Amino acid sequence: MQNTKTQDTLVGLFVASGIVALFFMAMQISNLSSFSDNSVYTVTARFENSGGLKVKSPVTMAGVRVGRVTNISIDQETYESVVEMKIESQYSFPDDTSASIFTAGLLGEQYISLDPGGSETLLAENGLIDITQSAIVLEEIIGQFLFDKAAEE
Amino acid sequence: MHFFQRLGNTTLASFAKLGRSSFFLTHVLSAIPATIIHPRLLINQLYSVGVLSFLIITISGLFVGMVLGLQGFYILSDFGAEETLGIMVAASLVRELGPVVAALLFAGRAGSALTAEIGLMKATEQLSGMEMMAIDPIKRIMAPRFLAGFISMPLLTALFSSIGVMGGHIVGVGILGVDDGSYWSQMQAGLDFQDDIINGVIKSIVFGFAISWISLFEGYDAIPTSEGVSRATTRTVVNSAFTILGLDFILTALMFGDI
Repeated sequence: MQNTKTQDTLVGLFVASGIVALFFMAMQISNLSSFSDNSVYTVTARFENSGGLKVKSPVTMAGVRVGRVTNISIDQETYESVVEMKIESQYSFPDDTSASIFTAGLLGEQYISLDPGGSETLLAENGLIDITQSAIVLEEIIGQFLFDKAAEE
Repeated sequence: MHFFQRLGNTTLASFAKLGRSSFFLTHVLSAIPATIIHPRLLINQLYSVGVLSFLIITISGLFVGMVLGLQGFYILSDFGAEETLGIMVAASLVRELGPVVAALLFAGRAGSALTAEIGLMKATEQLSGMEMMAIDPIKRIMAPRFLAGFISMPLLTALFSSIGVMGGHIVGVGILGVDDGSYWSQMQAGLDFQDDIINGVIKSIVFGFAISWISLFEGYDAIPTSEGVSRATTRTVVNSAFTILGLDFILTALMFGDI
């Protein structure tokens, strides 16, 4: 039987290592360190077709992730896809910023890329991005390509 | 006719057992505040339940992570997607393998020991002896063990998953040459704190609760003979495994599915 002090120390070490592991999972394995919910603002963009964009897809500016997509719905009147995204408040953009949906790699996940305009006023909370470019649907392009080929001949 | 008689008998017996175990659980839970006020017994149990399971959990975690790294690399490199090894290893560990494998190992290592210990206490009439001395065995024996299992399980699971991710890193980055930066960044981009880490922790808490309950009750309910204790120990491992896997499916469906 080990004496009480060694046992206490071992239990202490065990609990501490467990808590360190939980902390490691939070900071190193998940995205907690890079993104927190309390300092964000919401902007909306309307796309003709949001393709394979999903909730939590990244929103980038010049290749740097500045936010995430939080909601995708459809506007029943215009039949457009309404994409809501949360942008970290340390980043601000002019209100004539344009949004495009791109694909990371040939088959990778889709993301929104923001391109800043030249306006003096900044996008505010619940702002709307007017200029958008829809997702490129691979089948449409292939179809278009085949159609053009056939037309040439 | 004989068949139906046996079926009825088994059904009634299993309901009776379920009832006894529920009474037992409420009794144990009501004794937990007393354990928290006097934590000496709890620390002793944390040692035998948690610290002594530390080695098997960490070593298994390391090897599970290393195997995941190896297998994942061979599959992913067929598609030229080795860079996503990090998310593959981490997601499988944090969501499923961590909680489930750690719980199965914990049931085998600590749960069976608890059942055997308590079953033997019952067989040698130590529990009755305590009652004779006006010491409540539920308070003195069961509650600290229950709480120790309940606390240890999430900690052990976190250790298992973290060390598994390190193991995947050793094999993937160290030996097979996946880029270090993309191993971690793909992982962080793909795993959400709320959806993945917290759900994994919730799973492990539920499993810890279930294993502690099953192993203590099987010991307490054992037939007080050497054969009875041996059967109770077997039942603990078998029932814990079924319960863990069943609960895991239900929890996964609730957390990640759209059911």
